Amino acid sequence: MKILAIDTATEACSAALYIDGVITEQYQLAPREHTKLILKMIEALLDQSDIELLALDALAFGCGPGSFTGVRIATGVIQGLAFASDLPVLPVSTLAAIAQQAYDDHQHQYVLSAIDARMEEMYWACYHLGDNGLMKLAGEEKVSSAQKVKLAVDLSTSWSGAGSAWESYSEQLNAVLGIQVKAIYPDYLPHASSIVKLAVDDFQQGKAVEASQALPIYLRNDVAKKKASQ
Amino acid sequence: MIVLGIESSCDETGLAVYDTERGLLADVLHSQVALHGEYGGVVPELASRDHVRYLLPLTEQVLTKAGITKSELDGVAYTAGPGLMGALMVGACTGRAMAMALGIPAVAVHHMEGHLLAPMLEEAVPEFPFVALLVSGGHTLLAEVKGIGQYELLGESLDDAAGEAFDKTAKMLGLGYPGGPILARLAEQGEAGAYRFPRPMCDRPGLDFSFSGLKTFSLNTWQKETEQGNKNEQTQANICRAFEDAVVDTLVIKSRRAIQQVGAKTLVIAGGVGANLSLRKSLNTMMQKEGGQLFYPRIEFCTDNGAMIAYAGALRLLGGETEPLAINVRARWPMSELDAVVN
Ligand SMILES: Nc1ncnc2c1ncn2[C@@H]1O[C@H](COP(=O)(O)OP(=O)(O)O)[C@@H](O)[C@H]1O
Repeated sequence: MKILAIDTATEACSAALYIDGVITEQYQLAPREHTKLILKMIEALLDQSDIELLALDALAFGCGPGSFTGVRIATGVIQGLAFASDLPVLPVSTLAAIAQQAYDDHQHQYVLSAIDARMEEMYWACYHLGDNGLMKLAGEEKVSSAQKVKLAVDLSTSWSGAGSAWESYSEQLNAVLGIQVKAIYPDYLPHASSIVKLAVDDFQQGKAVEASQALPIYLRNDVAKKKASQ
Repeated sequence: MIVLGIESSCDETGLAVYDTERGLLADVLHSQVALHGEYGGVVPELASRDHVRYLLPLTEQVLTKAGITKSELDGVAYTAGPGLMGALMVGACTGRAMAMALGIPAVAVHHMEGHLLAPMLEEAVPEFPFVALLVSGGHTLLAEVKGIGQYELLGESLDDAAGEAFDKTAKMLGLGYPGGPILARLAEQGEAGAYRFPRPMCDRPGLDFSFSGLKTFSLNTWQKETEQGNKNEQTQANICRAFEDAVVDTLVIKSRRAIQQVGAKTLVIAGGVGANLSLRKSLNTMMQKEGGQLFYPRIEFCTDNGAMIAYAGALRLLGGETEPLAINVRARWPMSELDAVVN
């Protein structure tokens, strides 16, 4: 199986290629440079593996949450590529990608994945280990203040935290959770390599959608005030 | 050469297919007017979100309408500025990636160049050199056009654009959103000469415009009439008429000066306010008197559309211009920075 994934939802920009079990990745911390980099990263990965876009089975992308514009860059690029090449698409959560990395790097089986959403809020979700070494969502992904964060599974298990919200709101989070968090990785950003790994499983489960249905998940939807409520 | 054009710089998603041999094959448009109407103006974030939802379905639609498959495309053109950053990004990311995957060139189009060249999509095509009056929601300018990409700015608005003045005045009169066309419709019922509004900057030489004073003048008139118990629709219509007459007169006076100054025989009008029938009529009369001719796009190509982008893009692709493997958009982009196209 062959899948290409990209992510531009945060200050990180990455692309990864999965070819029959082997993952190669291009990753760069590049605030505001995503539009300059992402297509070249894709081209480089395909060239390195000497493979054409049309020979792939599917495309995947970090569909959010994250910066609105960042999420739309990946969405636009994937929509364009998928439409032109008639490939199916797997939208993968950026929170899932962060949790997956915490498991892959440190074998943490319970991860509270949280991205700073500014305006005193965070995008967050609880992930725990499922089958085949893949992290699974427990409950829902949400946007809220640290005060409203709740762990999905009983507190006796030991949790880890990952993602930028653990930098911005670590004190509030620790206070709210009322437990000792095992480890914290505040510098974790979504990687296309984690996204492609999750996408392979999603693809096998028939979760692929067509290009026009490859849409962002913003979580924050109250972005403007209507005239009546102004 | 068959080119797909993508427009997403503001609140319309426009797609079109232009063939340099057969002309415009198809164009489709999704307007977000209803979406933003609830907010009384364009909400940039909502505009971007809407573009993402509509871009591919409209692309499918326009290809079907054109009777071609995507593999028959020779190039992809998209608006790369000026406009709302997030909205531009949607069309540019999708368009650039689409071209990459199809193995065809992409080209970044200047939105105002698209407007300026829109009259060339009609059967009777203006010949270079001509004077262009570009009047939209964001711009008001007069330019001498010697060829594609050869634009000499003759004059521009020092404050509000003409369309902006229409919209703001309509808003102050409580006419709803988007105000320009509503104000124009109401003006038809207005009595000519009920009020005499100034013709800003016409009493001195030069080709620059200023429209913000007219909006204040309209508001003062409306308030005075309201105080005197004349707050009714006829008063409103009369003010609309006086406002429109003042804007139209000003645009006509400056356009005449421009063609006389450069010795041109052809005037081209483009941009959203070009849809204004009173303006078209008055410019037509003026050009006839001058022994020249007026050209304008069909009404639906005055406002934002994909056709003008496909067309401008096709010309630039023919001229050998292509985008590198990167997505570049610019919220601001002076027209003077465009390169001339030499075929
Ligand atoms: N019939 C009309 N009379 C006057 N103004 C109009 C008319 N139709 C559209 N407009 C104005 O045209 C502008 C939109 O034109 P458009 O070319 O889309 O502008 P932009 O691309 O700068 O937003 C708006 O300001 C609108 O009010």
